[in-house]
Amino acid sequence: MTFHRLASLGAGPLLAALLLGTAASAAETTVAVAANFTAAAQEIGTAFEAETGHQVTFSFGSTGQLFTQISQGAPFDVFLAADQARPEKAGADGLADPATRFTYATGKLVLWSATPGLVDAGPEVLETGAVTHVAIANPSAAPYGAAAVEAIAALGMEEALAPKLVEGQSISQTYQFAVTGNAEAGFVALAQLAGQDDGSAWMVPEDLYAPIRQDAVLLSRGEGNEAAEAFLAFLKGPAAQEIIEEYGYGFGG
Amino acid sequence: MFDATMMQAVILTLKLAGATTVLLLLVGTPLAWWLSRGRGILRDVAATLVSLPIVLPPTVLGFYLLLAMGPQSPLTALLGRSLAFSFEGLLLGSVIYSLPFVVNPIRNAFEAMGSRPMEVAATLRAHPLDAFVTVALPLASPGILTGAILGFAHTVGEFGVVLMIGGAIPGKTKVISITIFDYVETLDWARAHILAGGMLAFSFAVILAMTLIERRLSGARP
Repeated sequence: MTFHRLASLGAGPLLAALLLGTAASAAETTVAVAANFTAAAQEIGTAFEAETGHQVTFSFGSTGQLFTQISQGAPFDVFLAADQARPEKAGADGLADPATRFTYATGKLVLWSATPGLVDAGPEVLETGAVTHVAIANPSAAPYGAAAVEAIAALGMEEALAPKLVEGQSISQTYQFAVTGNAEAGFVALAQLAGQDDGSAWMVPEDLYAPIRQDAVLLSRGEGNEAAEAFLAFLKGPAAQEIIEEYGYGFGG
Repeated sequence: MFDATMMQAVILTLKLAGATTVLLLLVGTPLAWWLSRGRGILRDVAATLVSLPIVLPPTVLGFYLLLAMGPQSPLTALLGRSLAFSFEGLLLGSVIYSLPFVVNPIRNAFEAMGSRPMEVAATLRAHPLDAFVTVALPLASPGILTGAILGFAHTVGEFGVVLMIGGAIPGKTKVISITIFDYVETLDWARAHILAGGMLAFSFAVILAMTLIERRLSGARP
């Protein structure tokens, strides 16, 4: 059904108004997403596009990497970080609207190995000769890496593990190191393990690290972008909440 | 401002680039010689393989190296240990990554020399190996020097391959380029500037030195 064909039927002005209306409401937005939330964001994006007709494009990276890009004027409308500090700083630096900041998920840290039975019983095996490399995310750029360092310290394993630690640039690369077996074990996000039962896993007790509260914020560039605002609203809604919980996150915080 | 972390990265990078250059000269010179002596499909294929790292994205090399160093790979079985996240692993990656930058200039030098000097040496009953060392190598020395400098500099500038197979271990795999990346990702501009500015000056000096050396060597020849 084209505009021209209908216009020739004499319904021009009315339809033009209708079509322009639709065009204005189907907007596009680009969202910067912390790597741990990759799979969940893609699922939420599909649901969001189906429900609203808006288009969303994701850009994934470590929280620190994305924040650097945002501070240098990257074309992102929304920031889904893996911590609270950087969205807060974005607000303070005038890069985001602080009033829009909220916690969309609370992440959990897992010790995971591609080898069945290796880490099920707990982290003590990391200190043995069975493990030569333990992957963590870069603690200065990735909040899950910082949480891993905190948990290792709380376990009293700092010294034993120091020579074994290898850093992924984001939690995605960290998981990749563990999946390929190049690192026998790695501290990854629970969400990355959704839908797979391979290998072995040990849930890191939540009293060993500060809760990984992940905040979202509307960036200055996204202000007035209907799709960006709709995406944040959708992220708070029950459909997104269900997906977030399926991936093992706590909702809000 | 120039702290121990940076120093460690600089020393590691120089060590890696130095070891890579030495290995590449040892492997690359005979390889360049063979490539320069004659034609044939085998040589064409080998020359193409040597040049591949010029066009391949470092991520492609990094990806295959990562698989090659995995726990189930033949290489790991052969060595009895995995090379991932180790200095030796980076060394292997760097040798492959910088191979064309060393082999191609040396090969060009051997080709420019032609077959005449070696024929003359043979008529004087010089053993081929003797002739290679006393005739071919000195004649090709500008190319060898260019190859060594380029191989060294290219390894110093390596980033993508190291990012994929290194694991950013201080003193073992955290080279200058990775350290700069870290500083930038955490908005530590001041430290990033020190290392990045140093790299800029280093690269400028390398290219300038090479231009001057080449001019002098070609000017000195009859």
